[in-house]
Amino acid sequence: MNFAVLQFPGSNCDQDCVHVLRNVLGHSASFLWHKEKSLGNADAVLVPGGFSYGDYLRTGSIARFSPVMTLVKEFARQGGYVLGICNGFQILCEAGLLPGSLICNRSLQFRCEHVYLKVSNHESPFTCQIPQDKVLRIPIAHGEGNYFCDEKTLETLEVNRQILLQYVDEDGDLTDHANPNGSIKNIAGICNIEGNVAGMMPHPERASEFALNGDDGRLIFESLLHTLNPTLNTV
Amino acid sequence: MKAKVIITPKAEVLDPQGKTVQTALEQMGCTGVRQVRVGKYIEVEMDGDHDTVRTKLSEYADKFLANPNIEDYRLKLED
Repeated sequence: MNFAVLQFPGSNCDQDCVHVLRNVLGHSASFLWHKEKSLGNADAVLVPGGFSYGDYLRTGSIARFSPVMTLVKEFARQGGYVLGICNGFQILCEAGLLPGSLICNRSLQFRCEHVYLKVSNHESPFTCQIPQDKVLRIPIAHGEGNYFCDEKTLETLEVNRQILLQYVDEDGDLTDHANPNGSIKNIAGICNIEGNVAGMMPHPERASEFALNGDDGRLIFESLLHTLNPTLNTV
Repeated sequence: MKAKVIITPKAEVLDPQGKTVQTALEQMGCTGVRQVRVGKYIEVEMDGDHDTVRTKLSEYADKFLANPNIEDYRLKLED
């Protein structure tokens, strides 16, 4: 499979994403500078984490106007798979590809730690290979990960099963204490109504090999790979 | 013409910065504080008459300077 990993000025998780896709999972991945005018032969697009444009104005608010985002929007409109991680999630929300916004953590702290996640929808293209009842352990690293949307949007998210990941404690219980940033409903990741665009604050690329103290993040990439080609033996 | 764009978090959006500033004010002995909201202030110098600047800035505030999901804004134009 071919992945395009976007690079904005200030992206800093692009190398990690490409490393996992190429060296851990054995697929093809290319960096795509934000001024490029083609997605090439990409089967899926990754919008990586970082601090695009220094997080000026609002996180993701300037990156969303980069030329490559026009291509990403069209790619998504045609059903292409797009995954935004951390700042990538913020960019996709600003771009209107995902509903809601990521605002300042309620603690005002930049939280950099491992969190536990419950999979709230096992049928999505990004979670379909995650075993039922599996509690994922994946790190976060953000200051603005507090997911917010209005009540109507939240209802739509719930009705359409767009909530993919929620912060839980080690036992898988959804508690306020397990919520690192104040997100409504402990939301850590969502997808669009169509299901082909997803965003998550935790960093699966930082937890995809045992050398990095856990490989639960790999399941997210393996789900996407399975969706792209169900005959691939990824696990 | 100089225009001021004042951006504030919507009433229903949690404002952790505002809350923290409010707590700090109270701890410093400033009494009677009911609420603090922290927003952004942007100054734009722009060519054009009053109406043109207002129309143009409203358009760009709607799609870029403020995020309608979480923020309100108001424009103030200097004569």
